[in-house]
Amino acid sequence: MGSLIINQKLVHNENAKDLMALCPFGAISYEEQKLNISSGCKMCKLCVKKSDGVITYQEDIKAKIDKDLWKGICVYVDHLAGRIHRVTYELIGKALELAKVTDHPVYALMIGHDVGESAEKLLHYGVDKVYVYDHPLLKDFTIEPYTAAFCDFIDKVKPSSVLVGATNLGRQLAPRVAARRRTGLTADCTVLEMKENTDLVQIRPAFGGNIMAQIISPDTRPQFCTVRYKVFNEPKPGKDASGEIIKLEIDESKLGSGIEVLSYVDKPKDIDISESDVIVAVGRGAMSEGARRMATELADLLGGNLACTRPLVEGSILDAKRQIGLSGRTVKPKFIICLGISGSVQFVAGMKSSDCIVAINSDRNAAIFDYAHYGIVGDVNEIVPQLIAKIKEGRANV
Amino acid sequence: MRILVCVKQVPGSSNVQVDPVTGVLKRDGVQSKMNPYDLYALETALCLTERFGGSVEVITMGPPQAKAIIREAICMGVKQGTVLSDRRFAGADVLATAYTLSQGIRKTGEYDLIICGKQTTDGDTAQVGAEIAEFLNLPNVAGVLSVQEVLGESIVVTASQDDKVVTMSLKLPCLISVDGDINTPRLPSYKVGKSVTDDLIHFLSLDDFEDQNVHNYGLSGSATQVERIFSPEKNTEKHEIEGTSLQQADKLYALLHSKKLV
Repeated sequence: MGSLIINQKLVHNENAKDLMALCPFGAISYEEQKLNISSGCKMCKLCVKKSDGVITYQEDIKAKIDKDLWKGICVYVDHLAGRIHRVTYELIGKALELAKVTDHPVYALMIGHDVGESAEKLLHYGVDKVYVYDHPLLKDFTIEPYTAAFCDFIDKVKPSSVLVGATNLGRQLAPRVAARRRTGLTADCTVLEMKENTDLVQIRPAFGGNIMAQIISPDTRPQFCTVRYKVFNEPKPGKDASGEIIKLEIDESKLGSGIEVLSYVDKPKDIDISESDVIVAVGRGAMSEGARRMATELADLLGGNLACTRPLVEGSILDAKRQIGLSGRTVKPKFIICLGISGSVQFVAGMKSSDCIVAINSDRNAAIFDYAHYGIVGDVNEIVPQLIAKIKEGRANV
Repeated sequence: MRILVCVKQVPGSSNVQVDPVTGVLKRDGVQSKMNPYDLYALETALCLTERFGGSVEVITMGPPQAKAIIREAICMGVKQGTVLSDRRFAGADVLATAYTLSQGIRKTGEYDLIICGKQTTDGDTAQVGAEIAEFLNLPNVAGVLSVQEVLGESIVVTASQDDKVVTMSLKLPCLISVDGDINTPRLPSYKVGKSVTDDLIHFLSLDDFEDQNVHNYGLSGSATQVERIFSPEKNTEKHEIEGTSLQQADKLYALLHSKKLV
């Protein structure tokens, strides 16, 4: 896309020193009256802005692609033996929103074997077309045949953007396809927007979530991105089916693989709290057996994990793997609810960067309230059972 | 068995902020370290050679200082390593990074197995491994939990796929990306460290590659473009949920609902 040009004539000891100090990546050096930029450069172009012409940026002249030849937003249907992963519906909902800007159709792409029935379900979500590759050699997910089918689809349909769920499967398939088509791929987008010129604006956290980066792929198509589960809203399925299912064929010779799936077993339910999106944490104020049972039930209902403070581990009440804090695990879930936790410095150090913190404690002056986004002064043993009842009632009404 | 592990030097801390005036990244200090996820890949490789014989090498792309992590890998038991270093590699996205590594790998030798870590702690994309496999035309699988057997022409691995663990066999040569926390990486040996000489650390630049087209590397070879970077909106507002316990439970339920948790 471009390169940095150093105008050595303008370089002298002083501005060289300034530039070396300026570079956040330590990529600028000055030796024998010559300024050098090393491969530590990340092309942040700060030096271009601040060097008064010593370092300039030269744009490459690239062959422009005809963006009008690429039409439609495609959602890859993530499934295991026809069981569709819910992230697929969330992405369809987002794709429909994005498509409004450019008036493009929305497609779903499903690759597998005997998936006809599942494909029908997608017609209740407002997609224009569901493209299906159905072949015995596509029964298990193996990378080469799935990549071949995906690329075959891209060549035939030419979608402008492709959204893939950031599941284990999607994280392997999307990069492989994007690399084969030499196009851009942005992982784990949290915000997607569409420009009128069909460029997909992809926003994702970078550097451990301290920075957000806004990314586009202006010169290649299709534009690939992956999105994690539960980032976007799942639309409600409509009563009536709309759109059509189109079967696509691929030559069997392209479906060979060096991988053979031997067996599947259910994953044992792990208790890696550092990977949890949702955590219910209990402290000294919720140490009784009843309170713990309640907290476990709440964690299960929310699809999360139970965690605790140090006293519960020291009292051999819960496993050390569940401990949050300096001497336990550091967690950064999307949601954490702290029950009967005072909020010691050591505990808070292990969870304070969580996206949303709720605390319930009977002591109004508990330190945890300094960190909680939502504080509830009250009795855990009264509030939580009512919350659980409410969640169950909500489930029953769906 | 000849194994290659792809490694990366990453900032020692992820504590970076955006300068509110210039909109540019501020990094505190220049300390860097081996990407923690790569340690599990190295441990997997070293264990395999202990069981089945062979040797482990490492490769990285980065500035000349990245040789520090090659040295660290050698201290863990790796035979030798290569740094792909060239100003023309700067500003590479996933596509250009994977392509550069694949070109470097073509140059450093033929391997039976290439192992990558799950992801890096600075880029966090977990995509480079799969793209390298594509450029080298190898079968690949990510989320590998264990390598169970090496059978001449193939290996048997277990890998995580959502709520299932899949056992599969892969023909060699192939590329696997291992999960984090699947083993306990060994510590570098101080004794070996004293005897590591620089001739075990090789440097390659674009001039050494088969593909000499500069437009396939660095920023030029990148398909994605960062339009801007900014600080995330921090949820700093504090709310108190008041009322009777029933009202509090109701409001909490509404909050859970808005967060799509119920």
